[in-house]
Amino acid sequence: MSRGDNSTSQRNMIQAINSAMDVAMERDENVCVFGEDVGFYGGVFRATAGLQEKFGKTRSFDTPINECGIIGVAVGMAAYGMRPVAEIQFADYIYPGLDQLVSEAARLRYRSAGEFTAPLTIRSPFGGGIFGGQTHSQSPESIFTHVCGVKTVIPSTPYDAKGLLIAAIEDPDPVVFFEPKRIYNGPFDGYYDTPVEPWSKHPASEVPDGHYVIPLGKANIVREGSAVTMLCYGTMVHVTMAAVETLGIDAEVIDLRTLLPLDIETIEASIKKTGRCLVVHEATRTSGFGAELAALVQERCFYHLEAPIQRVTGYDTPYPHSLEWAYFPGPVRLRLAIERVMEDVSGEV
Amino acid sequence: MASDTPRRNLPPLELYVPEPKFRPGDDADFSDIEVPPAGETRRPDTADDHGDMPDLAYGLVRVLDEDNKAVGPWDPKLDADTLRKMLRSMALTRAFDERMFRAQRQGKTSFYMKCTGEEAVAIAATFALDRDDMCFPSYRQQGILIARDWSLVDMMNQVYSNKRDRLMGRQLPIMYSTKQGSFFSISGNLATQYPQAVGWAMASAAKGDSRIAATWTGEGSSAEGDFHSACIFAAVYKAPVIMNVVNNQWAISSFSGFAGGEATTFAARAVGYGIAGLRVDGNDALAVYAATQWAAERARTNKGPTLIEHFTYRAEGHSTSDDPSQYRSANEAAEWPLGDPIARLKNHLIALGEWDEDRQAAMDKECAEQVKTAAKQAEKNGILGHGLHHPLETMFEQVFEEMPWHLKEQMQDMLDENEAANNVAKTR
Ligand SMILES: Cc1ncc(C[n+]2csc(CCOP(=O)(O)OP(=O)(O)O)c2C)c(N)n1
Repeated sequence: MSRGDNSTSQRNMIQAINSAMDVAMERDENVCVFGEDVGFYGGVFRATAGLQEKFGKTRSFDTPINECGIIGVAVGMAAYGMRPVAEIQFADYIYPGLDQLVSEAARLRYRSAGEFTAPLTIRSPFGGGIFGGQTHSQSPESIFTHVCGVKTVIPSTPYDAKGLLIAAIEDPDPVVFFEPKRIYNGPFDGYYDTPVEPWSKHPASEVPDGHYVIPLGKANIVREGSAVTMLCYGTMVHVTMAAVETLGIDAEVIDLRTLLPLDIETIEASIKKTGRCLVVHEATRTSGFGAELAALVQERCFYHLEAPIQRVTGYDTPYPHSLEWAYFPGPVRLRLAIERVMEDVSGEV
Repeated sequence: MASDTPRRNLPPLELYVPEPKFRPGDDADFSDIEVPPAGETRRPDTADDHGDMPDLAYGLVRVLDEDNKAVGPWDPKLDADTLRKMLRSMALTRAFDERMFRAQRQGKTSFYMKCTGEEAVAIAATFALDRDDMCFPSYRQQGILIARDWSLVDMMNQVYSNKRDRLMGRQLPIMYSTKQGSFFSISGNLATQYPQAVGWAMASAAKGDSRIAATWTGEGSSAEGDFHSACIFAAVYKAPVIMNVVNNQWAISSFSGFAGGEATTFAARAVGYGIAGLRVDGNDALAVYAATQWAAERARTNKGPTLIEHFTYRAEGHSTSDDPSQYRSANEAAEWPLGDPIARLKNHLIALGEWDEDRQAAMDKECAEQVKTAAKQAEKNGILGHGLHHPLETMFEQVFEEMPWHLKEQMQDMLDENEAANNVAKTR
């Protein structure tokens, strides 16, 4: 810990993310944060609150509403030697900046033979469950895992969010850091109609106050088990855990934390132990990250599999506003998939 | 090369980051805003070359003077009936906003956005356009629909995402769409409507049509690349389009300086692209009407696009999700030097002897009643989250014209899931 103590505080995910940037900015004056409404207001989700006050407005500032500019400027600042952390207000709005990220940031190291690099971090809230309609709910992570040269990180707890974000900021490569906004402010079990206790009354994470990192590329075995491996990330970790606990099955639940680079060893070891695999994500199904996971698992663990790999995902439609909860992969969709994956070859459950 | 010499004695560079003039706790004082007297700005012929009018991009077209009279070359000389209709549309829009904002607070929907203080921008422009000119609005031009007498119940059904919502509950509240009303489907992705409006106008020209297009965006969103793509296409093809920038001073918490407003006016962007640019008092309904009428005539006579900056003020929060007291001075709206657009039009009608306070009060009451009745009717069709929504199957419709196999399969999965959940959601 940089502060020389082991103090911790209870933090929700937003507060943990805020603390990550605070710590990173304190340790390295090259770290700066910017984006729409990020400076004075501290971000529409308050992730950067207080940073401008503490570090001044050349290190925490508002930007024009221009995602292409935000990401392109981040590339230039990073090329200079700074460590920009840019916020895209909603992941749905990353597309105007896609060219700068995909064609530029991602390939700068490669095309300049390592002479220029772009160690930048793009933070963005993603996912649904807040009645955000089709333009505030998307999960575009697989677009980025399909690009060579970008790392993609998705935390599921306040503790992980802080450790992973610091690692992302300190990472020498461009990192896209997607924050599951459904769990920004507290826990969630996948049932939209059961009241969830506010985070303040139901703290889920003690988060160290100082510096720590969770290495990129390391998954977390959230629950050990031997009957089936469930691969998930972000909000879906909580939905998966709720389903597993309700059904009382002996599942191994793995929170991937980093989609790229992927912790293939942990996944492989688990599947070889359980012989069954279920993939859960909120993003649309076709060409989603689940397809990559399923392909990897069958390439590497085919002879260990007892049943076809199952995917639980969002549907291949834009996110509907009023039917959001029919779209959202919840505990019932998980239960049905678990039943399918637990069938043995003779068709018996 | 200059850089061959050592840099030791050079002063350090500094990064400039703009700051708004007032923050919470400050007393807003707008005395430095230049407000030219009404009637002063010249009105070129609509056939004049865009290159002969750069001054208009830096001026401020104003018609209503301090005595509530309409003066100068831009006075559109509207009859009293039209003025009263315009006033009524503006008052109705404000009443609609009030009611829907409250509905969101009551949990009847997820979200709402008001256009308080900016009513003239959408409504006066709509009065100057033809009913079938295609509008490509942003999210604060509900006034267009109201000025076109669109059904309030229909709008509210959309806000509530209920079973009568023509958009099947798919869109965020306020993201209206009606082809019949010549109102293009609103996108949550800022500024995307701008090049689309230009494309529609180009098509209209290519087909020898007589309809023109108009589009609106906030000054904050005018920083998006889409805005600039639109300008270049509009200029190159002399597209019959009116491009409105609603400069209401704030983009959520960011003041207009973050969109380039400190460096120049938003209308002045037109100059660089070779487009006619007008800067207009956006709280003066007659000025907005006159500018739109002028731009429409240019468009209809193949003189090309016009970029109009409406200088106005967002008198309320950005949306139901934000808290303006966290980032701006509390008395800004009250201090705004261009006043309230509804009050100004009302006072003009009174000055003409065509209106009085009693009639205004009666009209306001009527508007409130009309909105209340409409809301009750809309609520019978359901409010968000109360089960009166479109059947589950509709989620999969209209992704494509014909549903491919994978969507059919997923639809069946969804129905199975609903059955397994004891049919909690409505299906066909
Ligand atoms: C591409 C994109 N980026 C960011 C956002 C988030 N956002 C929604 S409204 C808004 C502010 C827009 O301000 P302005 O254009 O000035 O319009 P106003 O709200 O003032 O009418 C922002 C940043 C978005 N909707 N789309």
